[in-house]
Amino acid sequence: MIKMKDIRKTYPNGVQALNGITIDIDLGEFVYLVGQSGAGKSTFIKIIFGDEKATSGDVQVAGHDVVNMKRKEVPYLRRDIGVVFQDFKLLPTMTVYENVAFALEVVEETPKNIRKRVMEVLDQVGLKNKARFIPDELSGGEQQRVAIARAIANYPKLLIADEPTGNLDPDTSWEIMRILEEINGAGTTVIMATHSKEIVNTIKRRVIAIEGGMIVRDQHRGDYGYES
Amino acid sequence: MYVTSIEVTTAMKARTFKRHIREGLKNTWRNSWMTLASVGAVTTTLILVGAFLVLLLNINHIAENLEEDVEIKVLVDLTASETETASVGDELERLDNVKSVTFSTREEELERLVSGLGDEGDIFGLQDQENPLNDAYIIKLDDPTETVTMAQEIVTFDYVEDVNYGENFVQNLFDFNAYARNIGLILIVALLFTAIFLISNTIKITIFARRKEIEIMQLVGATKWFIRWPFFVEGMLLGVLGSVIPIGALIGGYYYLDQNMSAVQQFDFITLLPFSPFVWQISGVIILIGVVIGVWGSVMSVRKFLKI
Repeated sequence: MIKMKDIRKTYPNGVQALNGITIDIDLGEFVYLVGQSGAGKSTFIKIIFGDEKATSGDVQVAGHDVVNMKRKEVPYLRRDIGVVFQDFKLLPTMTVYENVAFALEVVEETPKNIRKRVMEVLDQVGLKNKARFIPDELSGGEQQRVAIARAIANYPKLLIADEPTGNLDPDTSWEIMRILEEINGAGTTVIMATHSKEIVNTIKRRVIAIEGGMIVRDQHRGDYGYES
Repeated sequence: MYVTSIEVTTAMKARTFKRHIREGLKNTWRNSWMTLASVGAVTTTLILVGAFLVLLLNINHIAENLEEDVEIKVLVDLTASETETASVGDELERLDNVKSVTFSTREEELERLVSGLGDEGDIFGLQDQENPLNDAYIIKLDDPTETVTMAQEIVTFDYVEDVNYGENFVQNLFDFNAYARNIGLILIVALLFTAIFLISNTIKITIFARRKEIEIMQLVGATKWFIRWPFFVEGMLLGVLGSVIPIGALIGGYYYLDQNMSAVQQFDFITLLPFSPFVWQISGVIILIGVVIGVWGSVMSVRKFLKI
Protein backbone atom coordinates (compact mmCIF):
# COMPACT_ATOMS: atom_id res chain seq x y z
CA MET A 1 0.00 0.00 0.00
CA ILE A 2 2.72 2.45 1.02
CA LYS A 3 6.39 2.00 0.17
CA MET A 4 8.74 4.72 1.35
CA LYS A 5 12.44 4.73 0.64
CA ASP A 6 14.83 7.16 2.26
CA ILE A 7 12.39 10.05 2.27
CA ARG A 8 13.84 13.42 3.19
CA LYS A 9 12.03 16.68 3.43
CA THR A 10 13.64 20.06 3.95
CA TYR A 11 11.30 23.04 3.99
CA PRO A 12 12.26 26.22 2.15
CA ASN A 13 13.00 27.87 5.52
CA GLY A 14 15.70 25.26 6.17
CA VAL A 15 13.83 23.09 8.65
CA GLN A 16 14.65 19.42 8.08
CA ALA A 17 11.37 17.72 8.89
CA LEU A 18 12.21 14.22 7.67
CA ASN A 19 15.71 12.75 7.61
CA GLY A 20 15.52 9.51 5.71
CA ILE A 21 12.39 7.50 6.34
CA THR A 22 12.07 4.01 4.92
CA ILE A 23 8.97 2.01 5.63
CA ASP A 24 6.43 -0.41 4.15
CA ILE A 25 2.81 -0.42 5.12
CA ASP A 26 0.68 -3.23 3.71
CA LEU A 27 -2.90 -3.24 2.53
CA GLY A 28 -5.29 -3.71 5.44
CA GLU A 29 -2.90 -2.69 8.20
CA PHE A 30 -3.81 -0.42 11.09
CA VAL A 31 -0.89 1.82 12.02
CA TYR A 32 -0.49 4.32 14.83
CA LEU A 33 1.89 7.17 14.18
CA VAL A 34 3.27 8.53 17.45
CA GLY A 35 5.84 11.11 18.42
CA GLN A 36 6.02 14.53 19.95
CA SER A 37 4.73 17.61 18.19
CA GLY A 38 7.25 18.75 15.62
CA ALA A 39 8.78 15.28 15.28
CA GLY A 40 7.69 15.03 11.63
CA LYS A 41 4.36 13.16 11.85
CA SER A 42 2.44 15.80 9.97
CA THR A 43 5.04 16.07 7.22
CA PHE A 44 5.01 12.27 6.91
CA ILE A 45 1.24 12.34 6.43
CA LYS A 46 1.30 15.32 4.08
CA ILE A 47 3.77 13.57 1.81
CA ILE A 48 1.52 10.53 1.59
CA PHE A 49 -1.50 12.47 0.36
CA GLY A 50 0.42 14.84 -1.85
CA ASP A 51 0.11 18.01 0.22
CA GLU A 52 3.89 18.35 0.44
CA LYS A 53 6.53 17.10 -1.93
CA ALA A 54 9.49 15.12 -0.62
CA THR A 55 12.90 16.69 -1.25
CA SER A 56 14.42 13.31 -2.08
CA GLY A 57 13.59 9.64 -1.89
CA ASP A 58 10.85 7.48 -3.30
CA VAL A 59 7.21 7.03 -2.27
CA GLN A 60 4.61 4.74 -3.76
CA VAL A 61 1.07 5.14 -2.44
CA ALA A 62 -1.71 2.91 -3.77
CA GLY A 63 0.12 2.60 -7.08
CA HIS A 64 0.88 6.31 -7.44
CA ASP A 65 4.46 7.49 -7.73
CA VAL A 66 3.99 10.37 -5.33
CA VAL A 67 7.45 11.96 -5.56
CA ASN A 68 7.53 12.30 -9.35
CA MET A 69 3.87 13.15 -9.59
CA LYS A 70 2.73 16.18 -11.57
CA ARG A 71 0.50 18.61 -9.76
CA LYS A 72 -2.46 17.85 -11.96
CA GLU A 73 -2.24 14.19 -10.99
CA VAL A 74 -2.58 14.92 -7.28
CA PRO A 75 -6.42 14.97 -7.36
CA TYR A 76 -6.40 11.38 -8.63
CA LEU A 77 -4.14 10.31 -5.77
CA ARG A 78 -6.51 12.00 -3.31
CA ARG A 79 -9.43 10.02 -4.66
CA ASP A 80 -7.72 6.85 -3.51
CA ILE A 81 -7.09 8.25 -0.05
CA GLY A 82 -9.54 9.38 2.60
CA VAL A 83 -8.28 12.01 5.03
CA VAL A 84 -9.68 12.95 8.44
CA PHE A 85 -8.39 15.85 10.54
CA GLN A 86 -8.54 16.97 14.13
CA ASP A 87 -10.65 19.99 13.11
CA PHE A 88 -13.09 17.95 10.94
CA LYS A 89 -12.94 20.38 7.99
CA LEU A 90 -16.64 20.35 7.24
CA LEU A 91 -18.34 23.10 5.27
CA PRO A 92 -20.54 25.00 7.73
CA THR A 93 -23.06 26.17 5.14
CA MET A 94 -23.80 22.69 3.88
CA THR A 95 -25.89 19.98 5.44
CA VAL A 96 -24.36 16.72 6.61
CA TYR A 97 -25.71 15.08 3.48
CA GLU A 98 -24.21 17.75 1.20
CA ASN A 99 -20.86 17.59 2.96
CA VAL A 100 -20.58 13.90 2.19
CA ALA A 101 -22.09 14.15 -1.29
CA PHE A 102 -19.42 16.73 -2.10
CA ALA A 103 -16.69 14.09 -2.22
CA LEU A 104 -18.72 12.08 -4.74
CA GLU A 105 -19.70 15.03 -6.91
CA VAL A 106 -16.02 15.78 -7.32
CA VAL A 107 -15.43 12.38 -8.93
CA GLU A 108 -18.50 12.94 -11.12
CA GLU A 109 -20.57 10.09 -9.73
CA THR A 110 -24.17 9.84 -10.99
CA PRO A 111 -26.82 11.52 -8.79
CA LYS A 112 -28.47 8.16 -8.20
CA ASN A 113 -25.26 6.57 -6.97
CA ILE A 114 -24.45 9.63 -4.88
CA ARG A 115 -27.78 9.41 -3.02
CA LYS A 116 -27.31 5.72 -2.42
CA ARG A 117 -23.71 5.92 -1.29
CA VAL A 118 -24.18 8.97 0.96
CA MET A 119 -26.94 7.25 2.91
CA GLU A 120 -24.85 4.09 3.06
CA VAL A 121 -21.81 5.76 4.65
CA LEU A 122 -23.96 7.91 6.93
CA ASP A 123 -25.58 4.68 8.11
CA GLN A 124 -22.14 3.20 8.66
CA VAL A 125 -21.15 6.01 11.02
CA GLY A 126 -24.60 6.03 12.64
CA LEU A 127 -25.78 9.42 11.41
CA LYS A 128 -28.44 8.46 8.91
CA ASN A 129 -31.09 10.38 10.83
CA LYS A 130 -29.00 13.58 10.93
CA ALA A 131 -28.50 13.96 7.18
CA ARG A 132 -30.40 17.26 7.04
CA PHE A 133 -28.55 18.88 9.95
CA ILE A 134 -25.79 21.42 9.47
CA PRO A 135 -22.43 20.76 11.21
CA ASP A 136 -23.01 23.41 13.91
CA GLU A 137 -26.07 21.53 15.12
CA LEU A 138 -23.97 18.41 15.81
CA SER A 139 -21.62 17.48 18.64
CA GLY A 140 -17.87 17.26 18.02
CA GLY A 141 -17.97 13.48 17.84
CA GLU A 142 -20.83 13.57 15.36
CA GLN A 143 -18.99 16.09 13.22
CA GLN A 144 -15.93 13.83 13.15
CA ARG A 145 -18.17 10.95 12.10
CA VAL A 146 -19.44 13.05 9.20
CA ALA A 147 -15.82 13.73 8.24
CA ILE A 148 -15.10 9.99 8.35
CA ALA A 149 -18.18 9.27 6.25
CA ARG A 150 -16.93 11.77 3.69
CA ALA A 151 -13.45 10.26 3.76
CA ILE A 152 -14.68 6.73 3.03
CA ALA A 153 -17.41 7.63 0.54
CA ASN A 154 -15.08 7.02 -2.40
CA TYR A 155 -14.10 3.52 -1.23
CA PRO A 156 -10.49 4.58 -0.56
CA LYS A 157 -7.88 1.91 -0.04
CA LEU A 158 -6.21 4.09 2.54
CA LEU A 159 -7.64 6.21 5.33
CA ILE A 160 -5.38 8.76 6.99
CA ALA A 161 -6.50 10.21 10.29
CA ASP A 162 -4.44 13.09 11.71
CA GLU A 163 -5.25 13.16 15.44
CA PRO A 164 -8.91 12.39 14.83
CA THR A 165 -9.70 12.33 18.54
CA GLY A 166 -7.60 15.37 19.43
CA ASN A 167 -10.62 17.60 20.02
CA LEU A 168 -12.90 14.98 21.53
CA ASP A 169 -13.66 13.77 25.03
CA PRO A 170 -12.68 10.17 25.95
CA ASP A 171 -16.11 8.59 25.49
CA THR A 172 -16.51 10.11 22.05
CA SER A 173 -12.94 9.12 21.19
CA TRP A 174 -13.71 5.46 21.78
CA GLU A 175 -16.71 5.75 19.53
CA ILE A 176 -14.52 7.16 16.75
CA MET A 177 -12.00 4.35 17.33
CA ARG A 178 -14.73 1.75 16.99
CA ILE A 179 -15.71 3.21 13.61
CA LEU A 180 -12.08 3.34 12.43
CA GLU A 181 -11.60 -0.28 13.46
CA GLU A 182 -14.71 -1.26 11.56
CA ILE A 183 -13.41 0.46 8.46
CA ASN A 184 -10.07 -1.27 8.89
CA GLY A 185 -11.88 -4.57 9.39
CA ALA A 186 -13.48 -4.12 5.96
CA GLY A 187 -10.01 -4.09 4.41
CA THR A 188 -9.06 -0.42 4.35
CA THR A 189 -5.56 0.51 5.46
CA VAL A 190 -5.70 3.01 8.33
CA ILE A 191 -2.89 5.33 9.39
CA MET A 192 -3.65 7.30 12.49
CA ALA A 193 -1.44 9.95 14.04
CA THR A 194 -2.26 10.31 17.70
CA HIS A 195 -1.15 11.64 21.07
CA SER A 196 -3.47 9.37 23.01
CA LYS A 197 -1.50 6.94 25.14
CA GLU A 198 -4.73 5.31 26.33
CA ILE A 199 -5.95 4.46 22.86
CA VAL A 200 -2.61 3.10 21.65
CA ASN A 201 -2.10 1.01 24.73
CA THR A 202 -5.65 -0.35 24.76
CA ILE A 203 -6.27 -1.13 21.11
CA LYS A 204 -2.92 -2.73 20.31
CA ARG A 205 -1.75 -2.27 16.73
CA ARG A 206 1.42 -1.54 14.84
CA VAL A 207 3.14 1.54 16.24
CA ILE A 208 5.55 3.71 14.28
CA ALA A 209 7.33 6.28 16.41
CA ILE A 210 8.95 9.28 14.77
CA GLU A 211 11.52 11.50 16.42
CA GLY A 212 13.60 14.20 14.82
CA GLY A 213 12.37 13.21 11.38
CA MET A 214 13.43 9.57 11.72
CA ILE A 215 11.70 6.34 12.65
CA VAL A 216 12.92 5.37 16.09
CA ARG A 217 10.60 2.44 16.63
CA ASP A 218 8.41 0.21 14.47
CA GLN A 219 6.64 -2.34 16.60
CA HIS A 220 3.73 -4.68 15.99
CA ARG A 221 1.18 -4.56 18.78
CA GLY A 222 3.34 -1.79 20.30
CA ASP A 223 2.87 0.67 23.16
CA TYR A 224 2.55 4.41 23.07
CA GLY A 225 5.93 4.62 24.79
CA TYR A 226 5.79 8.25 25.88
CA GLU A 227 4.60 9.81 29.06
CA SER A 228 1.56 11.82 28.14
CA MET B 1 -3.83 4.04 -15.08
CA TYR B 2 -4.87 7.51 -14.04
CA VAL B 3 -3.71 9.01 -17.31
CA THR B 4 -6.89 7.66 -18.86
CA SER B 5 -8.99 9.11 -16.08
CA ILE B 6 -7.49 12.54 -16.76
CA GLU B 7 -8.54 12.24 -20.37
CA VAL B 8 -12.02 11.18 -19.43
CA THR B 9 -12.58 14.19 -17.21
CA THR B 10 -11.20 16.67 -19.74
CA ALA B 11 -14.28 16.11 -21.84
CA MET B 12 -16.66 17.38 -19.21
CA LYS B 13 -19.84 15.44 -18.66
CA ALA B 14 -23.06 17.35 -19.24
CA ARG B 15 -24.09 16.45 -15.71
CA THR B 16 -20.94 18.01 -14.31
CA PHE B 17 -21.42 21.09 -16.43
CA LYS B 18 -24.93 21.48 -15.05
CA ARG B 19 -23.52 21.01 -11.59
CA HIS B 20 -21.03 23.85 -12.10
CA ILE B 21 -23.76 26.17 -13.31
CA ARG B 22 -26.04 25.22 -10.42
CA GLU B 23 -23.20 25.65 -7.96
CA GLY B 24 -22.20 29.01 -9.45
CA LEU B 25 -25.79 30.29 -9.20
CA LYS B 26 -26.11 28.95 -5.67
CA ASN B 27 -22.90 30.66 -4.59
CA THR B 28 -24.01 33.94 -6.11
CA TRP B 29 -27.19 33.69 -4.09
CA ARG B 30 -25.52 32.47 -0.91
CA ASN B 31 -22.98 35.29 -0.86
CA SER B 32 -25.64 37.85 -1.63
CA TRP B 33 -23.84 40.73 0.05
CA MET B 34 -20.67 40.13 -1.87
CA THR B 35 -22.72 39.67 -5.01
CA LEU B 36 -24.31 43.04 -4.38
CA ALA B 37 -20.92 44.69 -3.84
CA SER B 38 -19.45 43.17 -7.01
CA VAL B 39 -22.51 43.98 -9.08
CA GLY B 40 -22.38 47.53 -7.75
CA ALA B 41 -18.76 47.88 -8.81
CA VAL B 42 -19.49 46.45 -12.26
CA THR B 43 -22.58 48.65 -12.65
CA THR B 44 -20.76 51.85 -11.75
CA THR B 45 -17.90 51.23 -14.11
CA LEU B 46 -20.07 50.04 -16.95
CA ILE B 47 -22.24 53.15 -16.71
CA LEU B 48 -19.12 55.28 -16.99
CA VAL B 49 -17.64 53.16 -19.74
CA GLY B 50 -20.96 53.17 -21.58
CA ALA B 51 -21.34 56.95 -21.30
CA PHE B 52 -17.80 57.48 -22.55
CA LEU B 53 -18.29 55.05 -25.40
CA VAL B 54 -21.46 56.83 -26.53
CA LEU B 55 -19.76 60.20 -26.26
CA LEU B 56 -16.58 59.09 -27.97
CA LEU B 57 -18.28 57.28 -30.84
CA ASN B 58 -20.59 60.22 -31.48
CA ILE B 59 -17.74 62.72 -31.43
CA ASN B 60 -16.00 60.42 -33.84
CA HIS B 61 -19.09 60.22 -36.00
CA ILE B 62 -19.54 64.00 -36.09
CA ALA B 63 -15.86 64.47 -36.76
CA GLU B 64 -16.03 62.01 -39.64
CA ASN B 65 -19.00 63.83 -41.11
CA LEU B 66 -17.17 67.11 -40.94
CA GLU B 67 -14.05 65.57 -42.38
CA GLU B 68 -16.11 64.13 -45.21
CA ASP B 69 -17.08 67.63 -46.19
CA VAL B 70 -13.52 68.82 -46.39
CA GLU B 71 -12.44 69.32 -49.98
CA ILE B 72 -9.63 71.07 -51.77
CA LYS B 73 -10.48 73.47 -54.54
CA VAL B 74 -7.66 73.79 -57.02
CA LEU B 75 -7.83 77.03 -59.02
CA VAL B 76 -6.34 76.79 -62.51
CA ASP B 77 -4.35 79.73 -63.92
CA LEU B 78 -6.57 82.13 -65.88
CA THR B 79 -4.04 82.08 -68.72
CA ALA B 80 -3.89 78.28 -68.97
CA SER B 81 -4.94 76.77 -72.28
CA GLU B 82 -7.47 73.97 -72.53
CA THR B 83 -4.78 71.30 -72.78
CA GLU B 84 -2.83 72.82 -69.92
CA THR B 85 -5.99 72.81 -67.79
CA ALA B 86 -6.55 69.16 -68.68
CA SER B 87 -2.96 68.30 -67.74
CA VAL B 88 -3.57 69.67 -64.22
CA GLY B 89 -6.55 67.36 -63.96
CA ASP B 90 -4.43 64.36 -65.06
CA GLU B 91 -1.77 65.24 -62.55
CA LEU B 92 -4.33 65.44 -59.75
CA GLU B 93 -5.81 62.07 -60.75
CA ARG B 94 -2.38 60.49 -60.47
CA LEU B 95 -1.91 61.53 -56.84
CA ASP B 96 -2.24 58.92 -54.12
CA ASN B 97 -4.93 59.42 -51.52
CA VAL B 98 -7.24 61.20 -53.99
CA LYS B 99 -10.77 59.86 -53.84
CA SER B 100 -12.39 61.98 -56.53
CA VAL B 101 -11.56 64.78 -58.90
CA THR B 102 -14.38 66.90 -60.27
CA PHE B 103 -13.83 69.56 -62.88
CA SER B 104 -15.85 72.71 -62.67
CA THR B 105 -15.64 75.34 -65.42
CA ARG B 106 -15.48 79.00 -64.57
CA GLU B 107 -19.09 79.34 -65.77
CA GLU B 108 -20.24 76.64 -63.40
CA GLU B 109 -18.24 78.28 -60.63
CA LEU B 110 -19.99 81.56 -61.30
CA GLU B 111 -23.38 79.90 -61.33
CA ARG B 112 -22.64 78.27 -58.03
CA LEU B 113 -21.53 81.54 -56.55
CA VAL B 114 -24.64 83.30 -57.78
CA SER B 115 -27.01 80.61 -56.55
CA GLY B 116 -25.11 80.59 -53.25
CA LEU B 117 -25.88 84.26 -52.87
CA GLY B 118 -29.54 83.63 -53.60
CA ASP B 119 -31.68 86.56 -54.63
CA GLU B 120 -28.87 88.99 -54.00
CA GLY B 121 -26.86 87.37 -56.77
CA ASP B 122 -29.38 88.48 -59.34
CA ILE B 123 -29.32 91.98 -57.96
CA PHE B 124 -25.58 92.24 -58.51
CA GLY B 125 -26.15 91.09 -62.05
CA LEU B 126 -22.95 89.13 -61.97
CA GLN B 127 -23.81 87.13 -65.08
CA ASP B 128 -23.78 90.24 -67.14
CA GLN B 129 -20.23 91.21 -66.24
CA GLU B 130 -17.07 89.55 -67.38
CA ASN B 131 -16.50 86.33 -65.40
CA PRO B 132 -13.58 86.91 -63.01
CA LEU B 133 -13.45 83.31 -61.75
CA ASN B 134 -11.02 80.47 -62.51
CA ASP B 135 -11.66 77.01 -63.80
CA ALA B 136 -11.36 74.72 -60.82
CA TYR B 137 -10.84 71.12 -59.80
CA ILE B 138 -12.56 69.99 -56.63
CA ILE B 139 -10.86 67.03 -55.06
CA LYS B 140 -11.77 64.85 -52.14
CA LEU B 141 -9.25 62.77 -50.29
CA ASP B 142 -9.33 59.20 -49.01
CA ASP B 143 -7.69 60.39 -45.82
CA PRO B 144 -8.94 63.90 -45.11
CA THR B 145 -6.39 64.42 -42.33
CA GLU B 146 -3.79 64.75 -45.09
CA THR B 147 -5.56 67.79 -46.47
CA VAL B 148 -2.97 70.37 -45.44
CA THR B 149 0.06 68.53 -46.80
CA MET B 150 -1.76 67.66 -50.01
CA ALA B 151 -2.81 71.24 -50.55
CA GLN B 152 0.75 72.41 -50.02
CA GLU B 153 1.95 69.94 -52.61
CA ILE B 154 -0.70 70.78 -55.18
CA VAL B 155 -0.08 74.51 -55.02
CA THR B 156 3.41 73.91 -56.47
CA PHE B 157 2.00 72.29 -59.65
CA ASP B 158 2.26 74.15 -62.97
CA TYR B 159 -0.80 76.15 -64.01
CA VAL B 160 -2.18 76.03 -60.48
CA GLU B 161 -2.93 79.51 -59.29
CA ASP B 162 -4.06 78.70 -55.80
CA VAL B 163 -5.73 76.13 -53.56
CA ASN B 164 -8.61 76.73 -51.18
CA TYR B 165 -9.45 74.41 -48.33
CA GLY B 166 -10.38 76.62 -45.38
CA GLU B 167 -6.91 76.35 -43.86
CA ASN B 168 -7.52 77.31 -40.25
CA PHE B 169 -10.80 75.54 -39.85
CA VAL B 170 -9.51 72.28 -41.24
CA GLN B 171 -6.37 72.18 -39.14
CA ASN B 172 -8.26 73.00 -35.96
CA LEU B 173 -10.90 70.41 -36.73
CA PHE B 174 -8.37 67.67 -37.23
CA ASP B 175 -6.41 68.62 -34.14
CA PHE B 176 -9.55 68.62 -32.06
CA ASN B 177 -10.69 65.27 -33.42
CA ALA B 178 -7.37 63.64 -32.73
CA TYR B 179 -7.35 64.96 -29.16
CA ALA B 180 -10.91 63.87 -28.51
CA ARG B 181 -10.23 60.37 -29.79
CA ASN B 182 -7.05 59.85 -27.82
CA ILE B 183 -8.34 61.27 -24.56
CA GLY B 184 -11.53 59.25 -24.86
CA LEU B 185 -9.58 56.10 -25.51
CA ILE B 186 -7.26 56.67 -22.56
CA LEU B 187 -10.23 57.33 -20.28
CA ILE B 188 -11.97 54.13 -21.35
CA VAL B 189 -8.85 52.03 -20.85
CA ALA B 190 -8.28 53.60 -17.43
CA LEU B 191 -11.89 52.91 -16.47
CA LEU B 192 -11.63 49.30 -17.55
CA PHE B 193 -8.56 48.79 -15.41
CA THR B 194 -10.27 50.36 -12.43
CA ALA B 195 -13.22 48.07 -12.98
CA ILE B 196 -11.11 44.95 -13.17
CA PHE B 197 -9.27 45.98 -10.04
CA LEU B 198 -12.51 46.62 -8.16
CA ILE B 199 -14.11 43.40 -9.27
CA SER B 200 -11.13 41.16 -8.68
CA ASN B 201 -10.88 42.69 -5.22
CA THR B 202 -14.49 42.03 -4.37
CA ILE B 203 -14.33 38.52 -5.72
CA LYS B 204 -11.08 38.00 -3.86
CA ILE B 205 -12.94 38.75 -0.65
CA THR B 206 -15.73 36.33 -1.53
CA ILE B 207 -13.20 33.68 -2.40
CA PHE B 208 -11.16 34.38 0.69
CA ALA B 209 -14.30 33.66 2.66
CA ARG B 210 -14.52 30.40 0.74
CA ARG B 211 -10.92 29.27 0.90
CA LYS B 212 -11.98 26.54 3.29
CA GLU B 213 -14.37 25.26 0.68
CA ILE B 214 -11.59 25.24 -1.91
CA GLU B 215 -9.23 23.52 0.50
CA ILE B 216 -11.76 20.78 1.18
CA MET B 217 -12.51 20.35 -2.51
CA GLN B 218 -8.82 19.80 -3.10
CA LEU B 219 -8.69 17.40 -0.20
CA VAL B 220 -11.34 15.12 -1.64
CA GLY B 221 -9.68 15.09 -5.05
CA ALA B 222 -11.31 17.86 -7.07
CA THR B 223 -9.34 18.88 -10.15
CA LYS B 224 -8.36 22.49 -10.65
CA TRP B 225 -10.97 23.03 -13.33
CA PHE B 226 -13.67 21.41 -11.26
CA ILE B 227 -12.99 24.01 -8.58
CA ARG B 228 -12.66 26.87 -11.04
CA TRP B 229 -15.81 26.37 -13.05
CA PRO B 230 -18.39 27.50 -10.48
CA PHE B 231 -16.33 30.65 -9.88
CA PHE B 232 -16.19 31.12 -13.62
CA VAL B 233 -19.96 30.91 -13.82
CA GLU B 234 -20.25 33.25 -10.88
CA GLY B 235 -17.96 35.85 -12.45
CA MET B 236 -19.93 35.65 -15.67
CA LEU B 237 -23.20 36.08 -13.80
CA LEU B 238 -21.83 39.09 -11.88
CA GLY B 239 -20.83 40.65 -15.18
CA VAL B 240 -24.26 40.10 -16.71
CA LEU B 241 -26.10 41.34 -13.62
CA GLY B 242 -23.81 44.37 -13.49
CA SER B 243 -24.64 45.32 -17.07
CA VAL B 244 -28.43 45.35 -16.62
CA ILE B 245 -28.71 48.87 -15.19
CA PRO B 246 -26.10 50.40 -17.53
CA ILE B 247 -27.87 48.98 -20.56
CA GLY B 248 -31.23 50.23 -19.31
CA ALA B 249 -29.73 53.67 -18.73
CA LEU B 250 -28.11 53.60 -22.16
CA ILE B 251 -31.29 52.69 -24.02
CA GLY B 252 -33.41 55.20 -22.11
CA GLY B 253 -30.84 57.97 -22.21
CA TYR B 254 -29.97 57.58 -25.85
CA TYR B 255 -33.60 57.39 -26.87
CA TYR B 256 -34.26 60.67 -25.07
CA LEU B 257 -31.19 62.27 -26.65
CA ASP B 258 -32.10 60.99 -30.10
CA GLN B 259 -35.64 62.35 -29.88
CA ASN B 260 -34.55 65.76 -28.69
CA MET B 261 -31.56 66.21 -30.97
CA SER B 262 -33.57 65.57 -34.12
CA ALA B 263 -36.01 68.22 -32.92
CA VAL B 264 -33.23 70.81 -32.92
CA GLN B 265 -32.97 71.43 -36.63
CA GLN B 266 -30.55 74.33 -36.76
CA PHE B 267 -27.62 72.11 -35.88
CA ASP B 268 -28.10 69.75 -38.76
CA PHE B 269 -24.37 69.25 -39.12
CA ILE B 270 -24.37 67.59 -35.70
CA THR B 271 -26.12 64.30 -36.35
CA LEU B 272 -25.98 61.55 -33.74
CA LEU B 273 -25.46 57.95 -34.68
CA PRO B 274 -28.90 56.45 -35.34
CA PHE B 275 -30.57 54.88 -32.28
CA SER B 276 -30.73 51.48 -33.93
CA PRO B 277 -28.39 49.62 -34.38
CA PHE B 278 -26.00 51.85 -32.39
CA VAL B 279 -27.70 51.24 -29.04
CA TRP B 280 -27.80 47.48 -29.56
CA GLN B 281 -24.16 47.37 -30.53
CA ILE B 282 -23.15 49.32 -27.44
CA SER B 283 -25.37 47.09 -25.28
CA GLY B 284 -23.56 44.08 -26.68
CA VAL B 285 -20.21 45.70 -25.94
CA ILE B 286 -21.28 46.52 -22.38
CA ILE B 287 -22.43 42.95 -21.66
CA LEU B 288 -19.25 41.63 -23.19
CA ILE B 289 -17.06 43.93 -21.10
CA GLY B 290 -19.07 43.03 -18.00
CA VAL B 291 -18.67 39.30 -18.58
CA VAL B 292 -14.99 39.59 -19.44
CA ILE B 293 -14.10 41.60 -16.33
CA GLY B 294 -16.31 39.38 -14.16
CA VAL B 295 -14.69 36.19 -15.39
CA TRP B 296 -11.22 37.70 -15.43
CA GLY B 297 -11.62 39.00 -11.89
CA SER B 298 -12.83 35.67 -10.53
CA VAL B 299 -10.23 33.59 -12.36
CA MET B 300 -7.45 35.87 -11.14
CA SER B 301 -8.55 35.65 -7.54
CA VAL B 302 -9.27 31.93 -7.48
CA ARG B 303 -5.80 31.26 -8.84
CA LYS B 304 -4.29 32.55 -5.65
CA PHE B 305 -5.99 29.87 -3.60
CA LEU B 306 -5.35 26.98 -5.96
CA LYS B 307 -2.07 25.71 -4.66
CA ILE B 308 -2.04 22.23 -6.09
